[in-house]
Amino acid sequence: MRKLLFESLIRPPLTERPPQVSDAAVDELARVLDGAARKKLGRSLSIRAIDAGSCNGCELEMHALNNAFYDIERFGFRFVASPRHADVLLVTGPVTKNMREALKRTWDATPNPKWVVALGGCAKDGGCFAGSYAVVGGVSEVLPVDLHIPGCPPPPIEILKGLLALLEEVNAPRG
Amino acid sequence: MSKRKMPALIDLIEAGRPVEHHAPWRRAVVTPKTWNLAVDQLAEGRWALLGLWGEPETVHMALLDAVRDIGIISLKCPGGRYPSVGQRHPPALRLERAAADLFGLLPQGLPDTRRWLDHGQWGVSHPLGMPAEAPAAAYRFLPAEGESLHQIPVGPVHAGIIEPGHFRFTASGETVVRLEERLGYVHKGIESLMAGAPIDRAARLAGRTSGDSTVAYSLAFAHAVEAALGTAIPRRAAWLRALMAELERLANHLGDIGAICNDAAFALMHAHCGVLRERVLRAGDAAFGHRLMRDRVVPGGVTNDLSEEGTTAIRSLIAEIRQRFPHLVELYDNTASLQDRTVATGRLKVELARQYAAGGYVGRASGRNFDARRGPSYAPYDELAFDVPVLQEGDVNARVWIRIREVEQSLSLVEQILERLPGGPIRVDLTGADGPREGMALVEGFRGDILIWLRIGEDGTIERCHLRDPSWFQWPLLEAAIEGNIVADFPLCNKSFNCSYSGHDL
Repeated sequence: MRKLLFESLIRPPLTERPPQVSDAAVDELARVLDGAARKKLGRSLSIRAIDAGSCNGCELEMHALNNAFYDIERFGFRFVASPRHADVLLVTGPVTKNMREALKRTWDATPNPKWVVALGGCAKDGGCFAGSYAVVGGVSEVLPVDLHIPGCPPPPIEILKGLLALLEEVNAPRG
Repeated sequence: MSKRKMPALIDLIEAGRPVEHHAPWRRAVVTPKTWNLAVDQLAEGRWALLGLWGEPETVHMALLDAVRDIGIISLKCPGGRYPSVGQRHPPALRLERAAADLFGLLPQGLPDTRRWLDHGQWGVSHPLGMPAEAPAAAYRFLPAEGESLHQIPVGPVHAGIIEPGHFRFTASGETVVRLEERLGYVHKGIESLMAGAPIDRAARLAGRTSGDSTVAYSLAFAHAVEAALGTAIPRRAAWLRALMAELERLANHLGDIGAICNDAAFALMHAHCGVLRERVLRAGDAAFGHRLMRDRVVPGGVTNDLSEEGTTAIRSLIAEIRQRFPHLVELYDNTASLQDRTVATGRLKVELARQYAAGGYVGRASGRNFDARRGPSYAPYDELAFDVPVLQEGDVNARVWIRIREVEQSLSLVEQILERLPGGPIRVDLTGADGPREGMALVEGFRGDILIWLRIGEDGTIERCHLRDPSWFQWPLLEAAIEGNIVADFPLCNKSFNCSYSGHDL
């Protein structure tokens, strides 16, 4: 273990590796996100993930946000364990009828102000599951959605971009 | 039919009325007597249940006999009634409850008649059979009685970034006395969406049954369609499919090894394994244009050919994992505080793994030597050299080690594939159907064997498709493995099983 830890000290961080396109984009996002997050919230933004019926593909990419390449906590974004600690609900999947109630209750348990981000194609309109007897449809059928991030599943970089867009919306005056 | 005490599956199938145009294995419609004879074999532990699914007025059972022969027997169910398999062979219980929910079948003698996938929210009962009014009913959890027992309800919304499901723990102090799972929350009605769908749309649905196994599901679906239609795919396509399947296995195993350690509060492994997993996804993206390689395997072949650039990306990926992974294995093996959590935790008995025909690392960590790549096998694995690691201990540690060994095997498989990748086309047009055609496939995903059975109608659309995730036979075993462990070790046990919610709920 000592060797691994020591290597971590002398190896350059993965997040600063040049100059693949996606890595460059991460760096660029890192600067913008950091500024916007501080400006509005002055602290961290807490995200509560809710799978309302997804195939688990979106969850895999959400997990990837925590790896050393994307390291989402750098930006002050944090995945939290309870909706009571959350500012943002990140909802995936077509909302299944069996999850509708749980999704509503999770929303009710989240304190104001709160935002809802629908993640992935299914969360927008049910995707290829729309029309099933077991599916309600997109997240907006159940909750007010502030932002939709497309993709099947959206790559981590797109999720980061989406969260940036959310911050911009948060900063805009609400009508 | 012979009256021998121990029939072979082939005898039972020959005793029934064979179904034409069913490939690659045989299917026969049998009498209740033959059906029960098969249930005898299951109950006595000689055969394994590979799947059980319904159609209106018919129930099907896919079986694996003692000589590893595969076949399907079907039973007509007048009025929906048929003799329950689950009453004598518990692994069939949830499958029968699901078939009852979806088709209104009435397994006679089924010990547990609570609804399973149907939570009373669909507005309809038996959506795939004769739809009826849906009476809402409260779900009764099984009782656990004793002095000072307490219950802990968890879910469906969990604390981490995971899928929804409900766990009802009954604990005595810190010790779990009973765990009961309640699943079905992510039921999307995939089988109903497939009915009547053109093959390409159904293939997209199959690839979205369980996102972490999208390649394996697409592969199983493609195999089933190709078997049904008698389509032979180009050699290069089969090899590219295997390449994607092994990359998917690598990504998932690496992610799991790290995540299991993380659930034992050992974040260092998680961080390093997460980096390797990300490298696999990026290589998949570079080689096939999608991080999870979704919709790349299609009936008839694959959509993307492997370029020079893609080959280079995969080669450097393999080099990096080969360089870094052994250090992580050493770290896992030499960290006593981590071993203290994983060794002897969540032990699954060999007998239970065999009874439930548990696939993947769950089965192989508990002595069940089964891997669909090895037997029944499919191209190109019959031409590749690999080991199927098997352990007997059945604890969290064993499930980690099976994954470690399988990572090593997959690395070798990827190298062999790149070395010997045949040239030629990567896709062919599907043969048309001039009548109903049926096909079945068994494919080894990272989690275990995925079974897909389907019937293609005269018009070339999917008439009926059933997808059986390996989790069906693993979820019930988690309930057994956790017994006697402390509540705090549940995440560890759960992650070491890593069952799919979506794949199970459909």
